[in-house]
Amino acid sequence: MMKTREPVLLLPLGELDVLDMPTLAQRCAEHLQTGARLVTLFGRPDAEASWVATALLQGPDGELTVLRAVFQSGASYPALTPRFAQAQILERELWEQTGITPLGHPWLKPVRFEGARQQQIADYPFFKVRGQEVHEVGVGPIHASVIEPGHFRFMCLGERVYHLEVQLGYQHRGIEPMLLRRAPLTLTSTVESICGDACVAYAWAYCAAMEALSDTPIPAEIELIRGVALELERIAMHLAALGGLATDLAFLQGGASYGRLRTAIINASMRVCGSRFGRSWLRPGGVRFGLTDALRRDLTQTLGAFARDIAEVNALMLGARSVRARFQGTGSVSTQAARDLGLVGLVARASGVALDTRSSLPGLLHQHWPIPSLTESTGDCWARMQLRMREIDTSLSWLAKVLGDQSLDLRAQSIQINAALRPDALCVSLREGTRGPVLHVAETTGQGTLRHYKVQDPSLLNWFGLALAVRDNGISDFPICNKSFDLSYCANDL
Amino acid sequence: MLKSIAVRVSQGTQYIPDPRKANPVGFRGKPVIEDAACEPGCVACVTTCPTGAISLDPVQIDLGRCTLCTDCESVCPSAKFSFSNDFRLASAERASLVLTATRRNVDPVAVSQALRQRFGRSLKLRSVSAGGCNGCELEVNALTNVNFDIGRYGIDMVASPRHADGLVLTGPITRNMTEALQICWDAMPEPKLVIAVGACAISGGLFAHNDTVDRGFLQRVRPTLYVPGCPPHPLTFVCGVLDLLGIPS
Repeated sequence: MMKTREPVLLLPLGELDVLDMPTLAQRCAEHLQTGARLVTLFGRPDAEASWVATALLQGPDGELTVLRAVFQSGASYPALTPRFAQAQILERELWEQTGITPLGHPWLKPVRFEGARQQQIADYPFFKVRGQEVHEVGVGPIHASVIEPGHFRFMCLGERVYHLEVQLGYQHRGIEPMLLRRAPLTLTSTVESICGDACVAYAWAYCAAMEALSDTPIPAEIELIRGVALELERIAMHLAALGGLATDLAFLQGGASYGRLRTAIINASMRVCGSRFGRSWLRPGGVRFGLTDALRRDLTQTLGAFARDIAEVNALMLGARSVRARFQGTGSVSTQAARDLGLVGLVARASGVALDTRSSLPGLLHQHWPIPSLTESTGDCWARMQLRMREIDTSLSWLAKVLGDQSLDLRAQSIQINAALRPDALCVSLREGTRGPVLHVAETTGQGTLRHYKVQDPSLLNWFGLALAVRDNGISDFPICNKSFDLSYCANDL
Repeated sequence: MLKSIAVRVSQGTQYIPDPRKANPVGFRGKPVIEDAACEPGCVACVTTCPTGAISLDPVQIDLGRCTLCTDCESVCPSAKFSFSNDFRLASAERASLVLTATRRNVDPVAVSQALRQRFGRSLKLRSVSAGGCNGCELEVNALTNVNFDIGRYGIDMVASPRHADGLVLTGPITRNMTEALQICWDAMPEPKLVIAVGACAISGGLFAHNDTVDRGFLQRVRPTLYVPGCPPHPLTFVCGVLDLLGIPS
């Protein structure tokens, strides 16, 4: 059992017991019974017809545990899902990627139609609800607005949604195998393109993994610059969601205001690193762009003006009866349901589940420069909207503190990394992006090359939360429910 | 009501008066290739480029593939590469996106009289993301915000392909999206055009060689406008379309 309070965990493979799958499932169940969360469960090919499975669990105190098992092609094991619903999508993915059958899984369906299944996405086995006055509404993959593709199948009784089935996979680009084709330290561009609205969180998770595997220490100032990049990204993406929510309500002044406020933030990122999305800001071993004194003054000024304006716009939005009437009590996910389904990130926190990597695995950075983890209790669209506003405020105060501390030298833009990766090691790297924990797991061979690279977006775990949230809601409230979750399609589909 | 007025006052005037004359400070746009001689036998830029956008003799960068990642700039021992904030990068010709030390600019988009006559006063666009990472999608979305405000030129994003004159394509075209993309295109009435947005749509980008991608659609339909970038700046898109349709700004 391994303990850490860092968001990065490095383990020599030799330290891990290799179990069989039924034992791994049993051990997972024991952890889950004591309140742990299944962070991930995935497989990779091993020699010939055998596979290796890795499970990662996080205890209530933040402690991480890694379990490993080997199995042969076509094997099976008793599924965790019937007892622990949070395993449902992870066991589906494991089955789709390795062929192992989780016996007793209630809905064993492809997650993203990869490999040989790519031609069969039209054959998705939807649930059927039968009965008088039951009807189905299918939406997508292409939607009305400028948005990524995904299919939503509503099973309705009149206007009420009885169940929503979310079918994704349209964006599947084959990310994971791509990460093994190039030298391990040259993957930033690819990593930033996994989820283009979370470039910084992804790049940081990747950089931290490479730095741990190569025993490269990173100065605190560099970590702070990365922190500035990430909080700017968080503010920008929360604004995109708030703008979308306002627009979906036809609350046009909100939409117009959040739109221009987001422009101010992403243009500030661009003045630092050349990209409105923070692309190429980070690299393994450091950052490519530091904060000169002029940029620091620029950011402080931009964020100061922004803080005044957004407070006004938030007050307008929260004070409008039309907004309250649509959002309060709509798309609710209870605390218990959020726990049972293993929801993470902002969505979990809006339902009262205090899960935030920045607090549970603060590392040195957030130990010295904490960002408080916030929660709401009602779990509805209103809670998710309000939490986004409050998280923006928290990020702003954190940024003001860091940028205003004159004892810090944030001009650094050095990149230094040891070229050799530690052989036969497993590195888990977590970073709390806007939606929740972005997880990267890299495993090296005996020669120090990458054997496997696993990527997991919080959206993978949270899409089912959306399906639950719209149950018994009017179908016309789906757009605001969807926008309040603001999940990623491409990062789910990989 | 008072809150609303206060918000309106602090909103001020946000639109960019003339997109063609905008100056996006700090934007990493057009790659600039210096005339300096390469180190003998050096291929650092070619092997480093994640999308194979660079080739040698003479050194050239294909903007249709380039992700503007600056890795070439970092590895080049002869300081041949830098990036300017020039965003006028859209082109009606795929070949025009290739820059060298002597061919330093993308050819300006020439006005198409035929398109101007049909769409110069009203162009309705349907966006399809086929494997996009949401970078291009967010920038296409930004076209309609109060800053870029393409609505003032009669350009709009519409929900139904039946109402659309053009298809804005983002992403490398995943196999799982090929059918939906084709159905959307077939549903659009003639005359119609395709605008390829971003390195992924133009060339497949980082994903060009993946078997998860099927570029067949673009072998059947040739884009009328290429908008390079990763993601492209909204200004690149706006100015490309304004130039193509001969719309004054």
